[in-house]
Amino acid sequence: MQRLAERQGVQPVVAAMVPRLFRLVHRRQDTADTFTIQLKPTDGRPLGFIPGQFTMLSAFGVGEVPISFSGAAHLGGLLQHTVRDVGAVTHALARASVGELLGLRGPYGTGWDVADGRDGDVVFVAGGIGLAPLRPAVLEVLSHRQRYGRVVVLYGTRSPPDLLFADELKRWEGQGVEVLVTVDHGTPSWTGRVGRVADLIARAGFDPGSTLALVCGPEIMTRFTAAALVERGVHPDRVRVYLERNMRCGVGLCGHCQYRELFVCVDGPVLPYARVADLLGVREL
Amino acid sequence: MDDIRGTVLLLPGLQSLIDLLRARGWAVVGPTVRDGVVVHAEIESVDQLPRGVGDLQDGGSYRLRHRGDEKLFGYVGGPQGWKSLLFPSRELMWSGRRVGTEVEVEPAVVDAPRLALFGVRSCDLHAIGIHDQVLAKRAVPDPAYVTRREATFIVAVTCSDPGGTCFCVSMGTGPVPDRGFDLALTELPDQDVHRFLVVPGSDRGEEVLEELTTRAEGDEVLNAARADRAAAREVGAAAAQRMGRSLNTDGLRDLLYANAAHPQWDDVASRCLACTNCTLVCPTCFCTSVDDVSDLTGSTTARWRVWDSCFTNDFSYLHGGSVRPSVSSRYRQWATHKLASWVDQFGTSGCVGCGRCITWCPAAIDITAEVAAIRSGED
Repeated sequence: MQRLAERQGVQPVVAAMVPRLFRLVHRRQDTADTFTIQLKPTDGRPLGFIPGQFTMLSAFGVGEVPISFSGAAHLGGLLQHTVRDVGAVTHALARASVGELLGLRGPYGTGWDVADGRDGDVVFVAGGIGLAPLRPAVLEVLSHRQRYGRVVVLYGTRSPPDLLFADELKRWEGQGVEVLVTVDHGTPSWTGRVGRVADLIARAGFDPGSTLALVCGPEIMTRFTAAALVERGVHPDRVRVYLERNMRCGVGLCGHCQYRELFVCVDGPVLPYARVADLLGVREL
Repeated sequence: MDDIRGTVLLLPGLQSLIDLLRARGWAVVGPTVRDGVVVHAEIESVDQLPRGVGDLQDGGSYRLRHRGDEKLFGYVGGPQGWKSLLFPSRELMWSGRRVGTEVEVEPAVVDAPRLALFGVRSCDLHAIGIHDQVLAKRAVPDPAYVTRREATFIVAVTCSDPGGTCFCVSMGTGPVPDRGFDLALTELPDQDVHRFLVVPGSDRGEEVLEELTTRAEGDEVLNAARADRAAAREVGAAAAQRMGRSLNTDGLRDLLYANAAHPQWDDVASRCLACTNCTLVCPTCFCTSVDDVSDLTGSTTARWRVWDSCFTNDFSYLHGGSVRPSVSSRYRQWATHKLASWVDQFGTSGCVGCGRCITWCPAAIDITAEVAAIRSGED
């Protein structure tokens, strides 16, 4: 094939698959396996995003993973990601120290569009690290608190040491947010609730008829939580869920994130529950 | 083809076409025989085409045979579509270097040789059309594909001898090339002289054909007679009657969506080896992964995009495990994507009926039979 070397001339690949470089400027260990990093663009160009979107984050020489934004949409040009150390790439990210360069592509995907919940109640339901992608939306509501009715954060996690953003949850309570926390397994010193986060829906104070509900957590939790919200009277179109799939490109080309006809990276990750309710019941989809 | 008069090439005329394409800067890639299989390679001469070669294809079986005639296109697709030429199995995205605490990232450059694909079957033409949709006409297109595609000239050929696993008629994708080519050949049946009807399908094709006619010496290039066009039509019509398989596509999308829990998926999983052969030979499968390859010190790295398959456990890996641990769910994903969700995503089926997934399945799994089994429960 190379013999007739009639080349049309070489052209650079357009930026879609090539990461921009960001410097790690701040790192905080949140729990035993979860940490939060702040990134600054090396080229000085700030990266805008909407709450709910994600980036493809690269550890040099190791690989790339989709990670959602966990910081406010306006953080003075800094991007914030909260990451759980579970695989090769996230482990490399966990070991990265301040000053190091990371690759970043994005932002990708759909957002929560929490402003759609103005003049009504907003219910956030988070499972585990699912609190991280919801955080930018919570912060957006808090920055315009008076424009929303009752604001509820329901948060379930594995055990008390896994509680994410614990201090912040207390602060939110002081800012007119009803925060209910539950754990799967308590510890001897734990005096809070034990049980499923979906079970908190019945006891939270909100008016289902005027509620926008945003749900983010493991798929099984999402499924039961969304069903419980609908059961309580929230319209399925007013429940938004966050889906998670393997992603290698972020732009709908690699095929990995397919959820039947959906490309989760471009059609999601945030989708109306009404759109995916049937799919959530199918095993191994 | 009816409204186009067409041109007839004798064997020396076909050689002149290859010469002309090469003179115009295209490397001509066509079918050749290697290791008992029809594969694509760069050709310079009609003598490199598989003369007098036929094939026998069935579930898990492929054999070449001697036809006992001189035909150059008397077989169907081998294991390769044209996918790997436009969408290579391994493609560099970028490379990088670590210098102290700094990192330099260098985007890859596209290697886009000017290729003339010679002898493209209608099923494969449709597959290329599908890839145009999937890879080029997107919000974020694959720039390397777009560049290569623009550098490609296509010489299609009417299928005269469909194989035992062919079902392009069911998918509406063949056997006669209807669009998406620059030139289309039909090898005319046994006559005293070996003849090909050629019709243009693009301005570029028209231009090439004109130059070919102008330059022709002797009687290697002739105006097509009414009888030639009738004979060419007969080739396509006869081929359409000899499909080895068929697939009922009526309401197929809804049928598969409604049967996500059908026991047939477990049945096929008991035979499927999850070897990924079907996805590798499929001319429309487009899933890729990325591999970061670095040196031992970790100071240089390169990110390669590589073909991937939804049949691997790793494909759907999410922290802690695979979303599709069972082969049953992976076959369902593949078949449902190909035949159903593809329609929602891209407006057409993802299957062109080329039959390669059946021929090259070591367990002879037949997607048409699996779908029929699911449908039989519905009726």
